Amino acid sequence: MMKPINPTIEQLKPSGIRKFFDLANTMENVISFGVGEPDFDTPWHICENAVYSLSKGKTHYTANRGLKELRDLIAEFHTIRYEQKYDPENEIVVTVGGSEGIDLAMRTLVEEGDEVIVMDPNYVAYIPAITMAKAVPVPITLTEENEFKLKPEDLEAAITSKTKAIILNFPSNPTGGVMSKEDYEKLVPIIKESGIYVISDEIYAELTFDGQFASLAQFDSIRDQVIVINGFSKAFAMTGWRLGYVLSNPYLSAQMTKIHQYIIMSAPTPAQYAAIEALAYGLDDVARMKAEYLNRRNLLVSRLNRMGLKTNMPKGTFYVFPNISSTGLDSETFCARLLEDQHVACVPGNAFGEHGEGFMRMSYACSLNDITEGCDRIEAFLNNLKKEITE
Amino acid sequence: MNSNGLLDLLENNARLTYQDLADILQEDETEIKKEIKHLEDERIICGYHTVINYNKALRNEKVMAFIEVDCTPQRHKGYDKTAMKIANYPEIDTMYLLSGDCDFLCLVQGKTMFEVARFVSDKIACVEDVRSTKTLFVLKQYKSNGIIMKDADPQETNRLVVTP
Repeated sequence: MMKPINPTIEQLKPSGIRKFFDLANTMENVISFGVGEPDFDTPWHICENAVYSLSKGKTHYTANRGLKELRDLIAEFHTIRYEQKYDPENEIVVTVGGSEGIDLAMRTLVEEGDEVIVMDPNYVAYIPAITMAKAVPVPITLTEENEFKLKPEDLEAAITSKTKAIILNFPSNPTGGVMSKEDYEKLVPIIKESGIYVISDEIYAELTFDGQFASLAQFDSIRDQVIVINGFSKAFAMTGWRLGYVLSNPYLSAQMTKIHQYIIMSAPTPAQYAAIEALAYGLDDVARMKAEYLNRRNLLVSRLNRMGLKTNMPKGTFYVFPNISSTGLDSETFCARLLEDQHVACVPGNAFGEHGEGFMRMSYACSLNDITEGCDRIEAFLNNLKKEITE
Repeated sequence: MNSNGLLDLLENNARLTYQDLADILQEDETEIKKEIKHLEDERIICGYHTVINYNKALRNEKVMAFIEVDCTPQRHKGYDKTAMKIANYPEIDTMYLLSGDCDFLCLVQGKTMFEVARFVSDKIACVEDVRSTKTLFVLKQYKSNGIIMKDADPQETNRLVVTP
């Protein structure tokens, strides 16, 4: 008889997306709006630089925090693009994707019994990260009427003496919601006053469509309470390279570096060389892909609204979050039937939290042709549903 | 109306419908129709093509060659008059005036090598003011109009169907 394993892990629920993936994967001719990564391949010059680095024997560990040249470029990029100033010497850690960053931040900040505020709906990995740290997730409901933004009164109401941190993700997966600088400004005094930490997952920052990207790290008065998580996956179409980074004050950065040092050592070296090329010469690629996403967003949102699925025009990411409650089906049934009847894969909103119910997430990281074909199929599905109801 | 946006979209995919174009550019469908008509009338849009991989289709029925043409420019007319004499041949697919060693570069399409060779020697080489020609036959096409010519690969989409 073997001893029981860690109950926290045993009780952890596998992602709701996973279930859907298994189903969709057995089917043929699927149009997928379920993919949370760019459809573009990594721009060739970026791949080529990684290959070149290998041919030059750059196959060893790097410094724990990552190559100095890369950290310098990250610092410069954040100063110029986002008005975020971080010292490459002691405020940046290059990680294995943004995901490692979330884990580092959580382990560093949180202990058993702490409360961590999350948005609902939210990206699927935050609550498990909180649970694994034996902390308690405290969800704040985001609403469609408020464009899925965080309201200061809701934040204030959620903070207790046990609150340690809040996880934000704007532009947001799955809603596409974006916070402007004015929206954030109202949160600043609350965060300053309470002394809580902000874990700001800004992986979709480059995919901000209308207006400037804003971040809580831009406010000097709370800058040291903020941990910024970012990376190369979404902006440069580099998901498979698994490369991200964490920006924070020198004290927090040193603490996180200790964990990183023991569990990872250093992020993959070829990926770091690819990232150097991306920041030095890849900004035109980002602009090109962003322009393409914008076209797709406009097409998809127009078509969804015309067929009767109410959809906000999202201001960032490559997701739309249509309201499907008018069909009378819950999100899981809707998506399962859509997949079975028409071979169109979307992710049910409830995979992203209780208040994702009534919605589904559609990624437009796919071609214009796929979007038109997919929308034709969804339209056919809705027409069949209507017939069913009238019969 | 954002004509440049419209042109970018059509240049990459001329099969988008008026409604698709209107959705993407957030314009009215009738406005899009009007603008396309205007661009066609002004000969800004000169035609619509399909990119075909001739390595696979009609393999034995199509030969392509690049012809480098040297000519003597004419007083007051420059190269344009001679250029039009050549460009008017339907066998000429694409034609440019270049800097460097040769003056014109022409892409010629024909059914056989013999047909292309005869066209060059009997027609192009004999055009007034043409001094010399050099014919370069295409052995294989790797990329055309930004599109890589490759076989359909069922494994090509290597993304998972659903991811977080």
